[in-house]
Amino acid sequence: MIAEIGLFSLILALVFASLLVIIPAIGLKTGKTELIDSAPIYVIGQFCFVAFAYVALTLCFLSNDFTVIYVLTNSSISLPWFYKLCAVWGGHEGSMLLWVAILSLWMLAVTLFSKKLENQFKTRVLIVLGALSVGFILFLLSTSNPFLRQFQVLDSQGRDLNPLLQDLGFLFHPPMLYMGYVGFSVAFAFAIAALWMGKLESNWTKWTRPWTLAAWCCLTAGITLGSWWAYRELGWGGWWFWDPVENASFMPWLVGTALIHSLAVSEQRRQFMAWTLLLAITAFSLSLIGTFLVRSGVLTSVHAFAVDPQRGTYILGFLLLVIGGSLLLFALRAQTLQRVENPALVSRESALLLNNVFLAVIMLTVLMGTVYPLLIDGLGLGKLSVGAPYFNAVFVPIMIPLLILMGLGIHLKWQRDSLNRIAIRLIAIAAMSIVVPLMLLILFANHINGYTLLGLTLAFWLILSTLKLLQIRIRQRGVNALGQAFLGMVVAHCGIAVTVIGIAVSTGYGVQDDVRMAPGSKAKLAGYTINFIEEKNLSGPNYHGAQATFTIDNGKEIKTIYPEKRIYNVGKMAMTESAIDVNPFRDIYVALGEPLDDTAWSVRLYFKPFIRWIWAGGFMVLAGGLLALTDRRYLINPGKKPVEAEGAPI
Amino acid sequence: MKLTFWRLLPVIVFAFLVVFFWRGLSLDPQKLPSVQVGQPLPEFKLPILKDQTKNLTPANLRGKISLLNVWASWCSACIEEQVFLIQLAQQGMPIYGLNYKDDSAKAAQWLVQWGNPYRLIGTDKTGKVAIDLGVYGAPETFLIDKHGIIRFRHVGVLDEKSWTQDFIPQIESLQGQP
Amino acid sequence: MRLLLLSFLLIVTSFSYANSRYPLDTPRQEAQFSHLLKELRCLVCQNQDLADSNAGLANDLRDQVYDMVKEGKSDNEIINYLTARYGDFILFNPPVKALTALLWFGPALFLLLGFIIFWRTCLKRTII
Repeated sequence: MIAEIGLFSLILALVFASLLVIIPAIGLKTGKTELIDSAPIYVIGQFCFVAFAYVALTLCFLSNDFTVIYVLTNSSISLPWFYKLCAVWGGHEGSMLLWVAILSLWMLAVTLFSKKLENQFKTRVLIVLGALSVGFILFLLSTSNPFLRQFQVLDSQGRDLNPLLQDLGFLFHPPMLYMGYVGFSVAFAFAIAALWMGKLESNWTKWTRPWTLAAWCCLTAGITLGSWWAYRELGWGGWWFWDPVENASFMPWLVGTALIHSLAVSEQRRQFMAWTLLLAITAFSLSLIGTFLVRSGVLTSVHAFAVDPQRGTYILGFLLLVIGGSLLLFALRAQTLQRVENPALVSRESALLLNNVFLAVIMLTVLMGTVYPLLIDGLGLGKLSVGAPYFNAVFVPIMIPLLILMGLGIHLKWQRDSLNRIAIRLIAIAAMSIVVPLMLLILFANHINGYTLLGLTLAFWLILSTLKLLQIRIRQRGVNALGQAFLGMVVAHCGIAVTVIGIAVSTGYGVQDDVRMAPGSKAKLAGYTINFIEEKNLSGPNYHGAQATFTIDNGKEIKTIYPEKRIYNVGKMAMTESAIDVNPFRDIYVALGEPLDDTAWSVRLYFKPFIRWIWAGGFMVLAGGLLALTDRRYLINPGKKPVEAEGAPI
Repeated sequence: MKLTFWRLLPVIVFAFLVVFFWRGLSLDPQKLPSVQVGQPLPEFKLPILKDQTKNLTPANLRGKISLLNVWASWCSACIEEQVFLIQLAQQGMPIYGLNYKDDSAKAAQWLVQWGNPYRLIGTDKTGKVAIDLGVYGAPETFLIDKHGIIRFRHVGVLDEKSWTQDFIPQIESLQGQP
Repeated sequence: MRLLLLSFLLIVTSFSYANSRYPLDTPRQEAQFSHLLKELRCLVCQNQDLADSNAGLANDLRDQVYDMVKEGKSDNEIINYLTARYGDFILFNPPVKALTALLWFGPALFLLLGFIIFWRTCLKRTII
């Protein structure tokens, strides 16, 4: 019964979304303001019914209704209740419903927070979002209905949620990611609305900025959480695999970053409008392309959902319409919007443009690497694979000039500046960036790893240069006049540097060992003694297996950790729950591999110095974004004139 | 309108991508073709499941068009193709089995439960011979011609559709040859 | 602070895959082994390399590579052995052939394109 209510709610949501597209559009055409003003009502209607549908599906899970196929395949009676809540988005159909729910949520937010936005424009924004909703809800109803029933298997315990997903990270990672992916649709809608109207309001950037930042913050959080979760959960110490689905989240993030920076220029200097519009369209387009890649089966990925070419065909058609249509609109209308002089070669605008060029190059490279196997196979030239070694090889060389630029560009003035002016303050910093890491490595490590040194140099350059600017600004204007957006930039840029440090040190000085251990044996790793104390039988709510007790001894104190090997009762899938001893400067990671003869196990041990800094940096970037987002100047009176050019923060 | 080229570039790139995405929908990235098609079976000597003193070698397969099917009792998908394989065997198709990384007792039991279409079964306990064949999972089925040359490798469950689409045309052309 | 000092002081060597389950005679062989494992794909979990993957086939292939490294075979010999059986797909790093030219030179091409756009934007001081 609940499932049918859910399905019916979804149909009603589709009705409201359709009305949102049709009625206000008629109003715009005929000039009837009541029709134009009715848009918010349809948004609210859509939101309510999508919410009902989502709640209905959740209730099906909580009540173990296995006559609903989706619940049968993603849950089990013994699944803990909090995982049942997450299991709603554990498969394709439910995660699409989550997508639609989040889209409706963003739409509601836009409606509620845009009271002062000019009606002609606002309505167009909502119509665009409504059209997207129609596309997605139709997709759900026609190819991915989560409420489908089956009545053959009536006494099942449920096929259980994939054990890999039965982890804390699963609670946060997908919703955060979706908030980001879907959130970019708002900036997208703002861009399309502007192109549709054929003119750009003077405060367009002011309105678009908070929405873009909010979505970008969510995506940053989602990616950081995903990386941390993979590290915890997969049992083999990796935190980024350049897997197609990971790339699908990284590409919108890169473009979103470029968009934020482009918005800054457009806002301060009224330049690069065309770029900003293109980036706004591209960010969401990449979200859509990512959806396609993950759900259509064209690429192999550990994340990929169950393959169904029919779904792939629908999404592809949707992509063609939405992305093709918007890029075409851009090609036809964009030139009518820009009429300003170009910036000087050395200026903050040009530095930001160059920054965006680098980000775009990285995005294109990742895109090409990800779809290359598809290209080759499609041309009938065989099966090729492109993996982490390729991406690492091309990503690192591009990051180097970008990181250098980041430290340089922030010091430049708007419109025109000279490198000589800032050279003096920066040369000392450059020298320190090389000398200090070198000294640190000489002092604390018994050999110098070139890559680590390079990474540390770049990170120090970034941090010192950013802090130098902070110091100069405080001296010029005092602490209180800094502005949250500026502080946000400082924190976010330092966050990137922190992540670089984490990557450089953990990759350069990490140690890994595969050992055969039985209870009572010990192993040595990077100066620690790892003891395998004992092994016990393990029994959990929906799994059984073995739990081992290990101690980590560094000569001064002993820590105890409990790696597990679980076999999930329903799917008989074996999972390694690795145990990690964490402190801010290193992780000791123990994972049980395969049981060997008699009582021994193959055990994988990792020493990972500074690895937590990778995610700490990610959260700093998030914090920076939140600081910039909540800068009152930009939120309360978005209609006001942009802040004056000279010395203005980003 | 000089700018129009640059403005159109994103659409063009996108259109290009869409074409390949479309092509990609009818491909299957998980399934790799065997690089050994056209080459003779590698030399192997595997103890036969029913009588471990005897061995299964490529010589057993020579002289006729046959199938070499990789299976194991731990492979749940193998159950799905068993009915079809038995049908093929009853129609006269010679099928040889490669029991992949399995326990012989469990394998024998599995055959009792799900049926036995195989003329002979070689047990590859370590998986070394499987590596020589380029096997990367179970089930897989190889089409071998009368000279012992590998003609085709099918990955996954063998069903009516892939049999008709991929195997029958090959078999018919092979039958015409000396 | 002491923890930091201690952690750093205890760093033994740069990233290594010291492998007590796969003991090798010389550091050169150890380096070869860990290098090869990172270059080869696990065909079951198709986005993981042989060093990281937990799959049965990965274990077997690791054993195979280990045996060959122990015998003193060269990188090329080992790679050829595996690609003869599994094709180029088993290589994580696509070989630089005509087929992958775009892949390897693509990024440079994009960068060039980007610089051209940058140059035109900043050097053309006229109204568009």
